[in-house]
Parts: sequence; structure tokens; C-alpha cells
Amino acid sequence: MAEQHLDGAWTRRWIEAVAAAVSSRKAELTALDRAIGDADHGENLDRGFQAVLGKLDALDDGATPGAVLKLVATTLISTVGGAAGPLYGTAFLKGAMAAGERDALDAAGLVEVLTAARDGIVARGKAELQDKTMVDAWTPAVDAAAAAGDDVRAVLEAAAEAAQAGAVATEPLVAHKGRASYLGERAIGHRDPGAESTALMLRAAAETR
Amino acid sequence: MKKLINDPAKTVDEGLAGFAAAHADLVRVVVDPPFAVVRADAPVAGKVGLVSGGGSGHEPLHAGFVGFGMLDAAVPGAMFTSPTPDPILEATKQVDAGAGVLHIVKNYTGDVLNFETAAELALAEGIEVQSVVVDDDVAVKDSLYTAGRRGVAGTLLVEKLAGAAAQRGDTLDQVAEVARTVNSRVRSMGMALAPCTVPHAGEPSFDLGDDEVEIGIGIHGEPGRERIALEPADRIVDRLMEPILEDLPFSKGDRVVLLVNGMGGTPLSELYIVFRRAAEILSERGIELARSLVGSYVTSLEMQGVSITLLQVDDELLDLYDAPVQTAALRWGR
Repeated sequence: MAEQHLDGAWTRRWIEAVAAAVSSRKAELTALDRAIGDADHGENLDRGFQAVLGKLDALDDGATPGAVLKLVATTLISTVGGAAGPLYGTAFLKGAMAAGERDALDAAGLVEVLTAARDGIVARGKAELQDKTMVDAWTPAVDAAAAAGDDVRAVLEAAAEAAQAGAVATEPLVAHKGRASYLGERAIGHRDPGAESTALMLRAAAETR
Repeated sequence: MKKLINDPAKTVDEGLAGFAAAHADLVRVVVDPPFAVVRADAPVAGKVGLVSGGGSGHEPLHAGFVGFGMLDAAVPGAMFTSPTPDPILEATKQVDAGAGVLHIVKNYTGDVLNFETAAELALAEGIEVQSVVVDDDVAVKDSLYTAGRRGVAGTLLVEKLAGAAAQRGDTLDQVAEVARTVNSRVRSMGMALAPCTVPHAGEPSFDLGDDEVEIGIGIHGEPGRERIALEPADRIVDRLMEPILEDLPFSKGDRVVLLVNGMGGTPLSELYIVFRRAAEILSERGIELARSLVGSYVTSLEMQGVSITLLQVDDELLDLYDAPVQTAALRWGR
């Protein structure tokens, strides 16, 4: 039977899985960014998550999900740079605040964390749906998570699938935010790198046991 | 890729180390957290602190403008990548003399977000911070459906005039007002003949045919208004001047500062050919050329190209332009 609560140790395993996935798909993320941005998304995220790995060891074994998320937030903010640093940093920070002092998250708690993370990104970046940004992965993920019931594994799987579909759906869009917006119609046909890295993170969550 | 470097991953660090060694009389370089280039005598008692920054690769912007009468600190990020909030916060702390700090930020999503975060952190530490976002690039037509106009060579003039205002003892509100006024009256547009290569990327940031030029290019090689076949310099200057003049608009009787800026790989002789035609156009339109500046100040690595910037001035702004400045890349009056 699937576990029904995500504790601090799970959160840590998830972040390690994200770091591994970013590292192995670094070139792919950077290539997406080269097409419509400035060719540094993979490099920047990898630098950030490698720094996170270095700091996870210093956390108490009993660290709560919120404490792990907060460490990720502050590390990403201070190491990533570009637009992705503050955006993901804010997402993890708001997620950490939503998780609070809880030792573990159930399905409802997980949805709260994902919603807070998405709201943080929207507030910081001021992007709307269909602007061809990571919001196009986050918002479908949050909506799917909220509708997935009270099984945490089902919530994670729903979020991961919706985020990936959302990332793919950025391909035909013209960008209205970020550096890709200067390309106008020339951005059509390319997937947004931030939406893809969001899908990667949520896929890693769904696969973390 | 052929570059005068040791290691693509160390271009920014080694360049800054050299800058620090060459200009130790003007600046100190803070390496923990990396990096902030701070005016040697900062904080200057009673003076509003000016901090700018952004991705590296645009030298001498911004570190070359740190010193008397201009910036108190510059925060360089990785190549073409905004710095993170930590060094921005550190620079803000180091230049704060109690009169507050102004952040001058070029309008790129990463720069705006990282400076915004740093300003919030500074505020939490009791430092009063105001921010002015520079967006002088008229090549971006539809600001409503993009991240907005980009900050390009006009940034130099915002930093110069706001720096002079701070140096003469203006308050934070007043210095911020000067910066906003300059931004509201400065317009720029650039073009590229050939792209640049970011060292760690290893390949040119965009492709341009041998006989093609990009009109309206951004300082990171972002595309502009149109890609056309190469034309004589005068015709290209016409293509840059027209949208600039129409935008503000600049009209008969106006006085202007004209900045002809090289993108990094353009000979000075060509910049003067561009200047010649730009000045001719001003004269035809009855616009008075009050001051001139020609050189490579806001660059894009080795990109071959040029940008033209016009600033509409009155007596006060002209006084601020003329005020003494002593930095690595801009120096007059002292």
C-alpha cells in the first residue's frame, strides 16, 4: 500500500532526484533555452541544485518538509541568477511557508504547498497562463493535483502528468514574458525551458518513493 | 571559437581580478560573496549610494562606471546572466552611508527579479532602497506583449546623471527622480553586423549571413525589428535614427546628448562615420547637438555593431552631464 504522508526524508529524496535529473538533462534544458532565450537554463539550474546537494547534509535528520524546502529556496536564490533563480526560489519559499511546521504532508497539505508555490511564481514573475512560461506547467499541475483526491501518490502523478502536458502545450505559443518575448512569432514551435524544468521537477516527485 | 581566455568558466573572475588590479585607486572588489565592485572610498558620508549591475559581457558597463560622480558599486553576474540577490545586497550594504541606496536596473526579467529580491532583503536590514528600471530600447515595439523595452546604452546616461546628482548631495528621492527623468527622455536603438559568442556556450548566440545585418538588436543578441541585406552606413544610421526621433519625439529646438556606442567589435573609425550621419540628421531637423560621446561603453562581448542613443536635455540635466566624473571608463572634469 502506498504511503499516505510525505515526510522530511521523502522531501530530501525528492530534491536529490531533482538534482540528478537536472544534471543529466542539463544540455537538453540549455538547448531549449538557446532556441528562444539565452542558453543558460540548464547550467544555472544545475549550479543551483548541486549547491543544494552540498547543503542537504548539514540538515538535521529530522528536518521537516518545510525546512528542506526552505533550504532549497535560499540556496537557489543565492546561486542560480537569471530569472529562474528568483522564480524557483520564491516557489520553494512559499511552498516551505505553506508546509509550515508539519512533520509530513497528506494529499491536502501537498496541494496547499503546490498552490502556494505556483502563486509565488505568479506574484514574482507576473506571468499569466499562455504567456509561454513555467506558469503554463504549474497551473495545470496545481489544478490536476487539487482534483486528484486524497491519495498523495495519485496527487503527485496527476501533477507530474499535467505539468508535462502543459510544457508540451507551450510549443505553439508566442511568448509574452521573459527574453523569448522579443522573438515574437519566431518563438512558435519551441518549448519553454522553464515549463520543461517544472515538469522535470514534478516528474521526479512522482517517482520518488 | 577563438578567444583570449584561459578557461571559459573563469572569464568573469579573471577579468574582474585584472580590473581590480588595474584600478585599485578607484575600486575594491568584494569576493565573498562573489562579486561586487565597490568604489574604493565607499560608503561616502552623507551621499546616496548608487548600485547597478547585470550580466557580464557588456564591459565597461557597469564596473567601468564605478567611482567619483557615478556608481558606488557594480554587481556583475555570470556572462549575460543576472547576478543573484546576495552580492547585490552586499554591495548595497557596503555603499549605504545612511542616506539610502538607489538601484539602477536594466529591464530584463532576471535583473528585475534579482534586484527586487535584494531590495526587499536590504529593506529588512533597515536600508532604504529605491529602484529605477531603465528601458530605453525603441526597437521593442509592443511593450504590452513582451517583457517590455530593454535597457541598453541609455543606461550609461542614467548612471552618469544620477551619479552626479548623488555626488552634489541630492536626497534619495531626488536622485531617483533624476534617474527616472533621464530614463523618460533617453531613447536608443542598435544594430549588429556579426554576432558574439558567449565563452561557455562556445557557439555564436545567433546566426547572421555574411551579407545580412540585424536592425534593432538587443545587447545579448536578442532579435530586433528586421533582418536586412547590408547597406551603406548612412542608410543604416537613417534606419536607427528614425524610430528614435519619432518615439519621444525629439523635435526642432530640442537640445540633445548624442551617444554613438560600439557593441564591442566595431572600430572607432566606423563609429565616427555613424556619428557623422547622425549629427547631420539632427542638424537637418533643427535639433541642437549639445554634447557628444563616441566609444564602446555598453557592449555585447565582441559583437560587431553599433547603437545610437539620444538624450533630450535641459540646463539642469546638462549640468549633471558636465559634472566631474572619475571612473575607469569615463573621466572628465577632475
